[in-house]
Amino acid sequence: MTRVCLGAVLSHWRHNPLQLFTLIAGLAIATALWSGVQAINSEARASYDSAAAILNDGQYDLLLPKQGNSIPQELYVDLRRSGWLVSPIIEGSLENIKLIGIDALTAPSGLGFFSIDNLTTILRPKAAPVLIANAETARLLRGRVKVQIDSTIAPGMAVGDIGVVQTLLSRNDLSRLLILPFQPMGQPKLESLAPELNLQPSGQAADMTQLTKSFHLNLTAFGLLSFAVGLFIVYSTIGLAFERRRALTRTLRSLGVPLRLLIKILIVEMLSLTLLGACSGIIFGYLIAGLLLPDVAATLRGLYGASIADTLELRIEWWLSGFLICFLGSSAAFTGRIWHIWRMPILESVKPRAWAVASRSSIRQLSFLAFILLGTALVLGIWGSGLSIAFAVLACLLIGAALALPMLVLLALNFTHGRSGETIQNWFWADMRHQFPGLSLALMALLLAVAANIGVSTMVSSFRLTFNNFLDQRLAPELFIEVDNADQSAELEAYLIERNVEVLPLLSMSRQIAGQPVRLFGVRVSRTYRESWTFLNAKADAWDRVEGGVAVVINEQLAHRSELKVGDLVEISADLSLAIAAVVGDYGNPKGQVIVSEEVIKNLQPDIYATQFGVRSDSPSSLRKQIIEGLGISSKNIIDQASIKAISMEVFERTFTVTRALNVLTLGVAGFSLLMSLLTLSDLRIPQLAPMWALGLTRRQLGWMELLRALALSFLVYLCALPVGLSLAWVLLSIVNVEAFGWKLPMYLFPLEYVKLGGYAFVAALLAASWPALKLMRTPPSILLKVFAHDR
Amino acid sequence: MTVRIFLIFCVVPFALMADGFSGLGSNADGFVKPVPDAVFHFPADHGPHPDYRIEWWYLTANLTGPNGTAYGLQWTLFRSALAPGEAESWGSPQVWFAHAAITTPNKHFATERFARGGIGQAGVEVEPFHAWIDDWSMQGSDLNSLKLRATAPQFSYDMVLNARGPLVFHGKNGYSVKSAEGQASYYYSQPFFQIEGTLRLPEGDVEVTGQAWLDREWSSQPLAETQLGWDWFSLSFKGGAKLMGFQLRQTDGSIFSSGTWINPDGKTVSYSDGTFVAEPLAMSSVSGRTIPTEWLISLPEQEVSVNVTALNRQSWMDISIPYWEGPVRFTGSHEGYGYLEMTGYE
Repeated sequence: MTRVCLGAVLSHWRHNPLQLFTLIAGLAIATALWSGVQAINSEARASYDSAAAILNDGQYDLLLPKQGNSIPQELYVDLRRSGWLVSPIIEGSLENIKLIGIDALTAPSGLGFFSIDNLTTILRPKAAPVLIANAETARLLRGRVKVQIDSTIAPGMAVGDIGVVQTLLSRNDLSRLLILPFQPMGQPKLESLAPELNLQPSGQAADMTQLTKSFHLNLTAFGLLSFAVGLFIVYSTIGLAFERRRALTRTLRSLGVPLRLLIKILIVEMLSLTLLGACSGIIFGYLIAGLLLPDVAATLRGLYGASIADTLELRIEWWLSGFLICFLGSSAAFTGRIWHIWRMPILESVKPRAWAVASRSSIRQLSFLAFILLGTALVLGIWGSGLSIAFAVLACLLIGAALALPMLVLLALNFTHGRSGETIQNWFWADMRHQFPGLSLALMALLLAVAANIGVSTMVSSFRLTFNNFLDQRLAPELFIEVDNADQSAELEAYLIERNVEVLPLLSMSRQIAGQPVRLFGVRVSRTYRESWTFLNAKADAWDRVEGGVAVVINEQLAHRSELKVGDLVEISADLSLAIAAVVGDYGNPKGQVIVSEEVIKNLQPDIYATQFGVRSDSPSSLRKQIIEGLGISSKNIIDQASIKAISMEVFERTFTVTRALNVLTLGVAGFSLLMSLLTLSDLRIPQLAPMWALGLTRRQLGWMELLRALALSFLVYLCALPVGLSLAWVLLSIVNVEAFGWKLPMYLFPLEYVKLGGYAFVAALLAASWPALKLMRTPPSILLKVFAHDR
Repeated sequence: MTVRIFLIFCVVPFALMADGFSGLGSNADGFVKPVPDAVFHFPADHGPHPDYRIEWWYLTANLTGPNGTAYGLQWTLFRSALAPGEAESWGSPQVWFAHAAITTPNKHFATERFARGGIGQAGVEVEPFHAWIDDWSMQGSDLNSLKLRATAPQFSYDMVLNARGPLVFHGKNGYSVKSAEGQASYYYSQPFFQIEGTLRLPEGDVEVTGQAWLDREWSSQPLAETQLGWDWFSLSFKGGAKLMGFQLRQTDGSIFSSGTWINPDGKTVSYSDGTFVAEPLAMSSVSGRTIPTEWLISLPEQEVSVNVTALNRQSWMDISIPYWEGPVRFTGSHEGYGYLEMTGYE
């Protein structure tokens, strides 16, 4: 009996292949974007972990140069011979590959990835120099150095003996010293032995996982949004399938099939279809992730300096999470239906009800839920804090708006209906109201997609505008020059002053300020700073006070994280606290900054010198040439304003490539959802359209009206999506960005952009509606006639 | 003390050494091998011999505090070559490591250091004499008067040493055979050091005086594959005579032994295999192992038959290459004190 029943139940799909396709495709799409994003995230996580595991030096105190990136090797030996147990590390780049050299003998045990094989490989001095890297990096290093492949090494990274790495980098210095946890008694003071080094306590090194958390959270949120959109499709298809099989279930039960067996069969059927959908979704997800990963990798490199693999691995965590969420989603959709069958009286009327008729009361319930969600979003948005809360605000806002849609559209339709005089128009609006419940889920999906598009494009464009202005302010000097040592620094400054050009030397050091590791900058306050820098908040004479050495300028990130505001005091050193004169926006940089005058930083560290110079010049290219020829400064140390701006903008654009791609995909999914809903509805609607045809409307007219109806609905959706999208943009700019990066962005409006998006939504709706409309125009009259023959 | 070579590459699978010295059974690796009848040149031979695989400057001392409490002290610098010869900077194939320890009647402190050759972090120079690794050092105008220093998280010491006798050569004029197959090393000692200084212990500083013994040894292929571990004794007799003796325990249960009798004036008598006999009398449980901490030592030719007991039975060097090393006392035909090292007890 089981087999016969199963055959009967499954025959539904054979007769309705389109529905089967919609269901599978809906599940696949929902799972695809979600698991794609998860695949990217897990790849990145694995890369961070292996990068951290190589040195894991966050757990040790470190000695870093107060200035520059170099520690003389003699200083390391002096420290050791004075009883300081430190271990040297050198780090540098060889054509985009990060090389790390360590001394395995003095490194603390458990440092990094060393196995017995690695250790002996790394320390065999007379053999060919050997690095350890993953296969991809090994390929890039081919021909230059012997590489031992170890898949656990983070991508873009190679590790080797300190001597080997020094040779490859043509250096003889060190980058940092790691302080071993157990030190001998009676050591001399570190400050007197190595005044040029700074001690950075353990756990304060920038942790990639922490730093990039917000970026990955953003991706996850997008994945979830896409999943939600996909789920709308699944929900509506499953609803339709069960509704269409009411007669079948009644017949089977009347024939004596036990309810329990029927339920089991339906569950097995649904789970098998879900499995099929999940599998195809995961395959799609893998493809999507593979396409997006190179951009994500480039973004992470540009923004955070984090290296992640640009090839995907099939990791259990993401494909399992894909399966899980697919099963959860589809169970949520079919449990209610099966419950309904369980409770259904055996001989209940099987008269085909309009599919998923949303009665006024259920619309009222949805609206009530929407009201609560939107209220929650408002409350959380005003009083909540933290990144997770920010995403909760987004979720409440979007779902609330989607649920409020039916009520809003019905109100609009009632309004137009009441105002149209002509019969056909009247019928048009009435029929649209009748049709609407069947489309409401697809329209909700469209609303989400359009709103997300409006929100994200507003955010990206606002960000771009702000970033552009910010670059103009910050990159006022025409040339930027970097020097290698103190002599070169002094020489360059004298050379430039002699030529009467405005010089902006930049001195910098790392420091712990207001509980945060920050970069402290010393600047020579000049006309350029006064004219081109715009503060977010400042006292009137901010630059005068900074120049006078009595105040500082801090960046917004630091102000946000340490809860500082203009007028507060910050402790620069034990005996120097300065007031904050201004807070300045600082975009595209995750770390805190404090700006003081040149004199203040020189008092803190008398031997400090400027490593970077900004130079104002009317003829930058000839000055550049003069500097290269006159002072022998390498051309790669001089960069002009335009190039640096181009590089910055490129990083910016790549950052949002992924966001935009996900956005487009979401819109595509929504369009697909609308198409599928209209297609499935088109059959159901024949009985409603046949009388109109019989009354004299041609099939062509009916087809056009169908098309017009879809466009009218999508227009209504677009109108609703506008405020939702703008609210979304506001949440992203003012809450999510502040929490994630520490900067708040001003929101700009881009009406032209929105019109364009409305156009896309129209096109999506038009494409979705034209097939069903065409189908209707071509419906043979005999079928329309049959409606009357079958009339019950 | 040649047996100590064992310590570096056989006792514990220390990653670096395990690979670096896995070729020891063969000898086609470019290292120079000790030969009989070599002539020593001083002070040059107090310095490193980078063409030999392994070498050490090994000092042990029996000390007494102001209230008569006995202490033991160890300071050892090892040189171990991954390849023969020397090179600039990190390219140097020489690896240095060192052990330091203080033993009290009821505590034992041990620590170690590691360094790469070629960068100045560790090394030995001869004129003036200076052996160092990190902040540990043994230095003086020559090998007769030295200052000694070591530091650790829990202890440190600063000592002054003065030699009261000549250098002593073991085996055949410093050519010390280690197995029936002929493995050998160059081996000489300065066993006549007077030592005094300060031990800094968790309980406080202690001024101490006593006797120290410095071993110098280098080789390239010191042990036979069939040798499991060794027991090494340096004993100082009341009256000024001294005895160095060791036995190598072999896989078949047999023993290879060797000894040097040192008269108070530094004149020596070497004894070949079988003359020096060491028999365990009592065992102790040390760091999860059973280790003999009481021995019967006999050298019939010198009418020696003494009971040797550890000052602190738990003198376990719990470091990368763990072993037992600590001060001992003896009674019987003669009385005195000394040092004992035991390896290869699993």
